[in-house]
Amino acid sequence: MIVDVEHLRRDYVVRRRAGRFARTRHVVTAVDDVSFSIAPGECLGYIGANGAGKSTTIKMLMGILLPTAGRVRICGLEPVAQRTVLARRVGAVFGQRSQLWWDLPLADSFRLLGAIHRLPEALWRSRLRECADQLELDELFPTPVRELSLGQRMRGEVAAALLHSPELLVLDEPTIGLDLLSKERLRGFLARERTERGTTILLTTHDLTDIERLSDRILVIDHGRLAFDGTLPALVSRVGAERVLVVDLVEPAAPLADVPGTVLRTVEAGGLRQHLAFRPEQTTAAAVVAAVAGRVQLRDLAITEPDIEDVVRRLYLSGG
Amino acid sequence: MPVAAQPGRPAVALPAAAALALARAGFARWATYRQAALAGMFTNTVFGVIKLSVLLAIIKQTGGTVAGYDRDQLSTYVWMSQALIAVVAVFGSSDLAQRVRTGDIAVDLARPLDLQLSWLATDLGRAAYAVFARGVLPMVLGGALFGFSFPTDPAAVALLAPAVLLAVVVSFACRFLVNLAAFWVVEIRGPLTIYVLTTNLLCGLIIPVQLFPTWLKVLAYATPFPWLLQAPCDLATGQSRGWAAAGTVAAQLAWSLALLALGRLVLARATRKLVVQGG
Repeated sequence: MIVDVEHLRRDYVVRRRAGRFARTRHVVTAVDDVSFSIAPGECLGYIGANGAGKSTTIKMLMGILLPTAGRVRICGLEPVAQRTVLARRVGAVFGQRSQLWWDLPLADSFRLLGAIHRLPEALWRSRLRECADQLELDELFPTPVRELSLGQRMRGEVAAALLHSPELLVLDEPTIGLDLLSKERLRGFLARERTERGTTILLTTHDLTDIERLSDRILVIDHGRLAFDGTLPALVSRVGAERVLVVDLVEPAAPLADVPGTVLRTVEAGGLRQHLAFRPEQTTAAAVVAAVAGRVQLRDLAITEPDIEDVVRRLYLSGG
Repeated sequence: MPVAAQPGRPAVALPAAAALALARAGFARWATYRQAALAGMFTNTVFGVIKLSVLLAIIKQTGGTVAGYDRDQLSTYVWMSQALIAVVAVFGSSDLAQRVRTGDIAVDLARPLDLQLSWLATDLGRAAYAVFARGVLPMVLGGALFGFSFPTDPAAVALLAPAVLLAVVVSFACRFLVNLAAFWVVEIRGPLTIYVLTTNLLCGLIIPVQLFPTWLKVLAYATPFPWLLQAPCDLATGQSRGWAAAGTVAAQLAWSLALLALGRLVLARATRKLVVQGG
C-alpha cells in the first residue's frame, strides 16, 4: 500500500473571546477516526463539503501537521518524522498555493526543483521535456510566474509536482478556477500520467467531472468522519442521486407527469420548460427523451448531473 | 516510533547544488526590482552624508579624533555602515513570517530540504545582490567626496570579506528567530519593530559602538548585534587589526553557530505544534 491510514484523528484548539479578557477553549475535531488505504496505481477521489476535513487529512499525509491520534504511513514512511525523505517520493499541488518562484521566469523554477530533488542532468532534461510537451509549457518558460494566467500557472504547478517522478501525487483542488478547456487538458494529462507511469493519485475536488474522469474509487468525508468508501456509481445509487432532464417545448403543454421512470420536478413558463428527474439505474436518458418526444414537440433539451455538494448532502440525509 | 527501512540515499540537509541554485534564485529575485535598489541606494547615500556631518562636527570639538577614529576613519565607518544596511538587512525582513501567516510555508515544508539552511542560502543570494546594488555606490561616492582610509593591516584585509559574510549569517540567524514568532503570534509586526529598533541602536549603525558610554557598550556586546555591522566596519576602519581582527571574525563565527542552533531548536518546536493556516 502506498498510503495507509488507521484511526487518524486531529483536534484543533479554538480560543474564542468571552468578554473583555476572558477566552474560552474549545476542542474541535477536524478529522475523526478515519481509516483507509490506497494501492499503488490507484486514483482515489477524496471529497467532502468545505470544512469537512479534507485539507487537514492531506496535511497529515504530507507530514506538515501532527496527528492527534492514529497512524499514517506513506510509501512505508512516517510522514512527520521523515518529512524531507518523504518529500522526494511525493509530489503535491495545492490549488490555492504556488510552489513556483513568483518573481522569476517559469523555467527558473524547474531548474531550482531539479537541484532541490537532486535529479541527474540527463534525467531532469528528459522529464522536463516530457512535461513541457504534454502541458505545452515551452512558450511560458521565459514568463515570470506572477504574470502567468491561472490556467497557465496550474500547468506549471502540475509539472513542478511531477518533475521528480513521485510515486504518489497529491492534488488538492487542482482544477479550481480553471475554464472548461483547461480543466479537460489537465485531466487528460493526469489520466495519461497514471496509465503510463503507474503514478498513484490522491485527489480532492469540488468538481464531480474530475472524479468521473480520473478516479476509480471515492472517499466521502463529512464532519471529519468517513461517510463512504467505494466507486462513484455505487455512491450515486446509494444516495439515489438524480439526473434531471430539462426540456424546452415548442408550445406550452400540460405537465408531463406520466413519463415512465421519471418524477416531474418543476414546470416553468406555463409549461414551456419542464424538469424531469430520473435515476440512472432505473432508466436511461435516451428512453426518457424518446418518451417525452412521443408526447410533445421538443425545441431544446439539457441534462444536469448531480453535483458533489448534492451527493454529499443526500448521503448525510440518508444517515451516512 | 518505528521507522520502516527505505531505499535510496539518505536525506542530506542541503545539497551543495541546491544551495547554489537557491542562492542564485535569491540574487535573481532581488535583481528584478532595480528601481527599488536605486531608491534605496540614494537614501543610504543621503543619510550617510547627514551621519558623517554630525560625526565630523563632534571631532571638530574633540580636537581631530574621537574614540580612536580620525577624520578619514570616521568617513570609512560611515560609508561602510551605510553600504552594509541592505546587505545585512538592518531593517529586518518578514518573508518567512508572511509565508507562515498565509500558510504558504506548507509548500516549503513539503520540499526535501532543510528549511533553515535553504532560507539561509536564499538570503546569501539576496545579500550578494545587495553588495552590488546597494553597497558599491555609497562606498565609492562617499569615499571620493569625503575621504577614505584603506585598511593596511594584512589580517584585516584578508578577513574583511569573511567578516561581511558572517555578518550576513548573524543577521539571518537573528531575523530567522524573529520570524519564527509567527508560528505562535501570527502577526509579528510588534516583535519585528522591537527587534529593528534594538538592532539599529546596538549594531553601531547610528554611531560607532566605541562612542557608546561604557555601560551601553557592555550591553551591546552582550547581544549579537555589533557582530552584524560594527564588526566588518572595525576591520575596514582599522579599529580591529592583527589578532584582534581574527578574534572579531571568530566571535562572529561563534555567534553565527549559536544563533543558527537556537533557530533550529525553536523551529523544531514550531513545526511540532504546526498549524498550517488556510485550506
